[in-house]
Amino acid sequence: MEQFIQQLVNGISLGSIYALIALGYTMVYGIVKLINFAHGDVFMVGAFIGFYSITFLHLGFFPALLISMAACALFGVLIERIAYKPLRNATRIAALITAIGVSLFIEYGTIYIRGAQPEAYPNNVVPLKSIELFGVKISGQSILILAVSIFLMIVLQFVVHKTKIGKAMRAVSHDQDAAKLMGINVNNTISATFAIGSALAGAAGVIFGMYYTKIEPLMGIIPGLKAFVAAVLGGIGIIPGAMVGGLLLGVIEALVSALGGSLWRDAVAFIVLILILIFRPAGLFGKNVREKV
Amino acid sequence: MLKINDINVYYGNIHALKGVSLDINAGEIVTLIGANGAGKSTLLKTISGLLKPKTGEILFENEHVAGKVPQLIVKRGISQVPEGRRVFANMSVEENLELGAFLRKDKKGIQEDFDKVFQLFPRLLERRKQQSGTLSGGEQQMLAMGRALMARPRLLLLDEPSMGLAPLLVKTIFRIIEEINQTGTTILLVEQNANMALSIANRAYVIETGKIVASGTAAELGQSDQIRKAYLGGH
Repeated sequence: MEQFIQQLVNGISLGSIYALIALGYTMVYGIVKLINFAHGDVFMVGAFIGFYSITFLHLGFFPALLISMAACALFGVLIERIAYKPLRNATRIAALITAIGVSLFIEYGTIYIRGAQPEAYPNNVVPLKSIELFGVKISGQSILILAVSIFLMIVLQFVVHKTKIGKAMRAVSHDQDAAKLMGINVNNTISATFAIGSALAGAAGVIFGMYYTKIEPLMGIIPGLKAFVAAVLGGIGIIPGAMVGGLLLGVIEALVSALGGSLWRDAVAFIVLILILIFRPAGLFGKNVREKV
Repeated sequence: MLKINDINVYYGNIHALKGVSLDINAGEIVTLIGANGAGKSTLLKTISGLLKPKTGEILFENEHVAGKVPQLIVKRGISQVPEGRRVFANMSVEENLELGAFLRKDKKGIQEDFDKVFQLFPRLLERRKQQSGTLSGGEQQMLAMGRALMARPRLLLLDEPSMGLAPLLVKTIFRIIEEINQTGTTILLVEQNANMALSIANRAYVIETGKIVASGTAAELGQSDQIRKAYLGGH
């Protein structure tokens, strides 16, 4: 029982990392109908920026988190402007292939610049003690991860629902031409979406580094794919869906590990993808919206 | 107020508007009638900046606006109610109206216009917090019109406001269009329902396969045999 709860806590921590990455996938898909396969690599870049901020600039966790988010936001906007914007009216498959190309470019560009060797996050960044809860030891890091993730998701909900740019984002994702007729600058709105999604991936990168310690240039591939599964699980294009999908996937993986199938956890994530595509292709939160004429 | 001189618009290889010219004076209701695919919506999209004319000019209050981005056109004072309403179905009525005022910063003026829109369409006030996708077709049309008015336009472009609405509702919508016009907003109304359109318009243009084939006062066109046969279902 104790081990079960321990795994549940691990699952929630892992799941909140998936959720943060999945949000970027889902927001970008919502607005430009593109699966941005380079998104997992933005997460990797975020982890490295956080690492260098902590080791070279001797910053604490929160400043490193902020720097990583800001740098990733900028990086995401650059990727969009350079690689995707020229293809906005091209076929979707062309944009998709470009996304895979961008992904490989970032991965091997990083290896070219700094080499392929892994790094280890220093473990004294957040001196947090473990907490005993119902007889289960919960690491302070798990709690910090969950707190930061929840905070970022609340901020995101606020931005999307209450601010002008958030409303513009929702309008553009629903109907670009109608949004233009309102005087909304579609290009800037798309850039803002990439910026926000990438900042969340950057945050996820730093949190991941803190929690799992080891980071390396190809670390974004598997979490990126898992987050994609999470986004599809929740319903691609739906923000609360990505949050729930991410947490759910993390918990499922942890429970599979707890039941002794830790070698199966990656497989299970993709089995979830296959099942959801067969039985509920619109995702848990998705519904077919019919429009009135 | 709006002067279109000899514009040519293409969709790829298709020559959609062939040397179209059109004038609208301040305070008028001008209607553009024509069959499906004649180029009516294309003309409105070009005025709004969603399409760029290859040649020709569009002058709004003596300034060149052809080929400008939609934002600038809205800012200058031209708003469009697009064909098929195109309300943001995933957002509330209130949010849709807020988006209509997207480029404005005068909080007080925006509030005044909220009140005006709710006065014009009391239905929208009742449904203020409702998701606009759940509204009926007529209510969505009202919302699309209210949303366009939130930009406080001097020229309002209406694309087929009667489409798919029950006859009684069409009457209401047209009465409201007249009301909007009486408060000083100039109107360009695109319609297939030529009878209704001519009944409220001052002047009219008839468009056929991308060309203006007739123009005149609404009364003149309403009496022309040719027009009656082609568009009014008369004998």
